[in-house]
Amino acid sequence: MKNEMSLQFRALSQNESFARVTVAAFIAQLDPTMDELTEIKTVVSEAVTNAIIHGYENDPNGYVYISVTIEDNVIDLSIRDKGIGIIDVEEARQPLFTTKPELERSGMGFTIMENFMDEVEVLTQPGSGTEVRLRKHLKSSKMLCN
Amino acid sequence: MSLNIEFEIKHDVLCIRLSGELDHHTADELREKATALIEENEIRHIVLNLEQLSFMDSSGLGVILGRYKQIKQVHGEMVVCAISPAVQRLFDMSGLFKIIKMEPTEEFALQRLGVA
Repeated sequence: MKNEMSLQFRALSQNESFARVTVAAFIAQLDPTMDELTEIKTVVSEAVTNAIIHGYENDPNGYVYISVTIEDNVIDLSIRDKGIGIIDVEEARQPLFTTKPELERSGMGFTIMENFMDEVEVLTQPGSGTEVRLRKHLKSSKMLCN
Repeated sequence: MSLNIEFEIKHDVLCIRLSGELDHHTADELREKATALIEENEIRHIVLNLEQLSFMDSSGLGVILGRYKQIKQVHGEMVVCAISPAVQRLFDMSGLFKIIKMEPTEEFALQRLGVA
């Protein structure tokens, strides 16, 4: 059965844990493994952090929008901002690449998303915002039993 | 859930014990406090105990790498210990183990630095 939820919140760093815990609580109904839950929480944290630091450049007046759709064992996550957008997505996705080394950014955000999820799509328009779409197929124990 | 930071100085080694969640929000506090302690106490080495850390993302990698660079300037070493499989994956992915050593416990880490 298909199920979905969405949430929006101010681009404040204290909302990062709220976002990942809320998404994890929602997908818990699929009975994911602890590893899968950790992976989902980590990628939500990465994408929300990117929206706050890069999309909105730490301007708390912006909003971050998350929507999650689950169907069977597939999770579709969308994390969107209406910030400055990304000029060169290919460059942004390179491991260790960061535009903000002075903030001690590791440049590993997209690499982690790619490692932990099955599909990562970045839709962006300089000046109007970025949406990161992430998909993951859970290795459900129920599936294996059937 | 936030981050709890405990510091202990043993000779020229700064032990940092983290519990809770290390993300972009909590990384700032860790960076400020650790940076000041390293400068004020002529710290050369860091032992980072992650036994009680329940969550970490790439912001954690950034602040750890930042402290490594700080002690590298005084030819120090960084040793992490009691690392969880989830955090270990992030370290592996980013190549941090090429520059930061790993030990199973804080005691082993301190022994490695010759202060146990």
